[in-house]
Amino acid sequence: MTELKSFLKNLISTSGLSGYESPVRQLIETAWKPLSDELNVSQVGSLQAFKRGQGVEPRPSLLLAAHMDAIGLIVTGIVDEFLRVTEIGGLDPRVLPGQIVTIHGRKDLPGVIIQPPAHLLPPDNRSGPVELHNLLVDPGLTAREVKRQVRVGDLISFAQPPIEINGDVLAGHSLDNRASVAAITHCLGELRERPIHWDLWSIATTQEEETFAGAYTSAYQIRPTLAVAIDVTFGSSPGSPSHKSFPLGKGPVLGWGPNIHSGVYKAFKELADRLEIPYTTEVMPRHSGTDAYALQVAAEGIPTMVVSIPLRYMHTAVEMVAVKDIKRTGRLLAEFAAGLDDKFMDELSWDD
Amino acid sequence: MKSLIQKVVETLGPSGYESRIREVIRSEIEGTADEVHVDALGNLIARKGTRKANGRRIMLAAHMDEIGVIATHIDENGFVRFTTIGGVRTINCPGSRVRFLNGTAGVIGVEYLTNTYDTPGFEQMFIDIGVKNKEDSPVRIGDVAAFERPFLDQGQRLVAKSMDDRIGTAVLIEALRQLDGSPHELYFVFSVQEEVGVRGATTAAYGIDPELGLAVDVTGTGDTPKGLKMQVSLGKGPAIKVRDAGMLADPRVVSWMVAGAEKAKIPYQIEILERGGTDARAIQLTRAGVPAGCLSIPCRYIHSPSEMVDYEDVLNSVRLLVALLSEPIELQAV
Amino acid sequence: MTQNAALKALKAPRVGAAQLKLLERLTNACSVSGDEGEVRGIVLEEVRPHADEVRIDHLGNVLAMKSGSGKKALRVMLAAHMDEIGFMLTHNEDQDDGIFRFEAVGGVHIAYLPGKPVLVGKEHVPGVIGAKAVHLTTPDERRNALTIDSLRIDVGPGNSGKVKVGDRAAFATQFSRVGPSLRAKALDDRLGVATLIELIKNVPPNIELRAAFTVQEEVGLRGAKVAAYTLEPELAIALDSTPANDMPAWDDTENTRYNTRLGSGPAIYLADAATLSDPRLARHLEETAAHYGIPYQLRQPGGGGTDAGMIHKQRAGIPSISVSVPGRYLHTPVSLARLSDWENTLALLYVALVRLTPDILQADR
Repeated sequence: MTELKSFLKNLISTSGLSGYESPVRQLIETAWKPLSDELNVSQVGSLQAFKRGQGVEPRPSLLLAAHMDAIGLIVTGIVDEFLRVTEIGGLDPRVLPGQIVTIHGRKDLPGVIIQPPAHLLPPDNRSGPVELHNLLVDPGLTAREVKRQVRVGDLISFAQPPIEINGDVLAGHSLDNRASVAAITHCLGELRERPIHWDLWSIATTQEEETFAGAYTSAYQIRPTLAVAIDVTFGSSPGSPSHKSFPLGKGPVLGWGPNIHSGVYKAFKELADRLEIPYTTEVMPRHSGTDAYALQVAAEGIPTMVVSIPLRYMHTAVEMVAVKDIKRTGRLLAEFAAGLDDKFMDELSWDD
Repeated sequence: MKSLIQKVVETLGPSGYESRIREVIRSEIEGTADEVHVDALGNLIARKGTRKANGRRIMLAAHMDEIGVIATHIDENGFVRFTTIGGVRTINCPGSRVRFLNGTAGVIGVEYLTNTYDTPGFEQMFIDIGVKNKEDSPVRIGDVAAFERPFLDQGQRLVAKSMDDRIGTAVLIEALRQLDGSPHELYFVFSVQEEVGVRGATTAAYGIDPELGLAVDVTGTGDTPKGLKMQVSLGKGPAIKVRDAGMLADPRVVSWMVAGAEKAKIPYQIEILERGGTDARAIQLTRAGVPAGCLSIPCRYIHSPSEMVDYEDVLNSVRLLVALLSEPIELQAV
Repeated sequence: MTQNAALKALKAPRVGAAQLKLLERLTNACSVSGDEGEVRGIVLEEVRPHADEVRIDHLGNVLAMKSGSGKKALRVMLAAHMDEIGFMLTHNEDQDDGIFRFEAVGGVHIAYLPGKPVLVGKEHVPGVIGAKAVHLTTPDERRNALTIDSLRIDVGPGNSGKVKVGDRAAFATQFSRVGPSLRAKALDDRLGVATLIELIKNVPPNIELRAAFTVQEEVGLRGAKVAAYTLEPELAIALDSTPANDMPAWDDTENTRYNTRLGSGPAIYLADAATLSDPRLARHLEETAAHYGIPYQLRQPGGGGTDAGMIHKQRAGIPSISVSVPGRYLHTPVSLARLSDWENTLALLYVALVRLTPDILQADR
């Protein structure tokens, strides 16, 4: 567990905003290389790792997708010592004041997001939450130095270091969705010495937070037989409605709804029961809000599944996960991949 | 006494910057006290007499500071932004004139208002000192100004920008001059920084350690059109304070003052003020506690540049003070 | 002699690696008002070898006396507050999940709380102040600021036993240097504490120093009140940190309400809500700075207050003033100050003490 946790801490300490994932991709590539037979990078930057199955050709394939991109900010203007910014991915401006960040300028610079005092704000934004375009980033440098180091269009990542809440619980930014990248990594580790029947593609996708570009394109290119999106879901926490949030430390969450093939759902559920892996089910009446939304409709269409890891305080810099949920998710995925045989697709049916 | 009043009300002395008014008062009381000194915060303290066997050590306090403004920023075009010292009201500012301690005079202007029904805040106002830019400004951050308005003598009624509480200082000065043969050790305190939270009286009282304390200050009236609901009027005599927002006057002191006024046949009013406070509050809470009260001079339009008192009330205040302090004092439980 | 050489000749203490290390220790320590033990420990360790006498009073103030060697020394109180703003846990909402209600201690800037890590209790148990996922919020909710009532401190599942109701929590930001700046929590007033420690180590001969490292400043200047009563100085200077609101206005008009500006030197107070500074001391500080070419600025008169607000009213009155290192975003998880402002503050205070004589109090205020 320590090894997985320190890998995850590395993952969330490495930048990789939507559309600009290469720093974190390199880290994932290093981890996945020894666990795969082949690795490549898609046209839109997704990392695609291949593990060959033992079955007869043409072999069916399983695709696991976890997005590696993170939310953040981008510089829109420079005023004296300060930067004006807008978002990449969906942010609640109310969690931003006081947030420490890294400005990816000519070199990486530390900064802090600040809220100017009311009298320096537009009259219509002096009470209530301050809108994002009225917040500023302060790099703590002289105006001259800021001008030299930063340009409009530079990216800004959260810089909150990982917080070890206790042996099992980790908090930090970008755990959405690096926690799922860690889960796939754990899965690949479990499968290392284990022959599998199907081919297995593990994808660290790009741009999930903006357009699902990575999932659309990899699914189209690879045309897997089955696809599973691994993402985070809302952890039970203050203010979160109980029917839409799931307890930390009580195992993975299996998705159910139009974005999910009911037969694949059933297979995951039975597998988890057999392995005595605790799980909960999340009903997703419409869009799953995950890569599965793109995977499902690639080319001729793909049976998809969503497996989620509960996470508190999503899209803040203090997202919180239980490492044992990540491990259980990884193990469930590994057992699922290992259990796929020639008959699986023949027996797969819509559960109606 | 009117010339004394004119002199003290026209002198500049916002809270914390009382040196000019202190010098005026010091010269007015020269030769009348046994000992005069200035304490660490700038209170002017004059002692008269020593404590006889039937006397007490008494602190009398009238504050010599006034409300004012202080410069916070000189903008590129030479306009002076400011904040207030003491309870200046926004409604009295636009168009008012102020005078800085360095002699510079200015008028208060206001940013263009889209809604003229609302009173602008101080942050929307500025002082125009008649210069074109920052470089020419004789005013800098931290410079202090008081409102400027000449003394107006309407005969019976007197008007000035600083009746609060220069009229109290005039009453104390006059009482100090008239008192003779008091059994008490009297400390006449011309206090500082009352308008920012009775700070001067706090330290003066600690230093004097009085056995009885009396503030002399102004109080509001209820005798103007649709005015404050308050049973105090101009011209009906000095007011004996029972309470204000800062203090419940010692009932023994109140009854001593009432009995004194009746005995001397001086008209008086009973004052209950729902807002504000005076130096008496600081005296009352000094060290282990001090019996304290307040003799108030009724005053209209307090904290405006035209504060109005009745001359007869002023004279009666002096009479009452002299009468009260000339005799031994027995405080009786009420 | 150049101004710089003149400064050097006076042997004014400087900010070097050791001083920065000390500031780092001080800012990383957690000392929410009423629970100042951690900073007090560091202060005692630092000043005991240098002071003539050190004691802890009934409220927890550290009072340190150190006399210069000269005769007719002036009794000067310098005060810096050890406490910082923070939180207190008030209710354990979920036994297993580690979720606590809390209240603010001191003037915490609430808009800066959601999504920030904290340290709880004397053992610094890590926790976070979370916020509902933006995906789950309604447009109506997003239009309203988050209130402290809607926020919780979360120490994580399985950690409830490590903390308890009544424990304090402080922001978890760690000290760092950023170009010309210092970034940390609680620069207000650890900069003052660090400055005062240096001055105790370098007391000029003409000064009988009575140093007060005060408690409970952020909840009403309470420590300073009793400290000043006890120390009975002839004059006092509060060393604090004051906001620099020197950001651009939304419409790029002139910012006329900045309070102070970063990089413009120590801020000398003339008036705040609690004190009208003694003009004699203000003049002395300004003249000293001008004479030695030390940059300084006058803090814009206005609201706020420092320990001087209580000190000057003690006993029969104590001439007082405040000098602050300007800092942006005080009372938030991340405050920012300029190293040069701290250095110039230390230099100004030292030189002002060297030039101080009892004559200053001979003239009336």
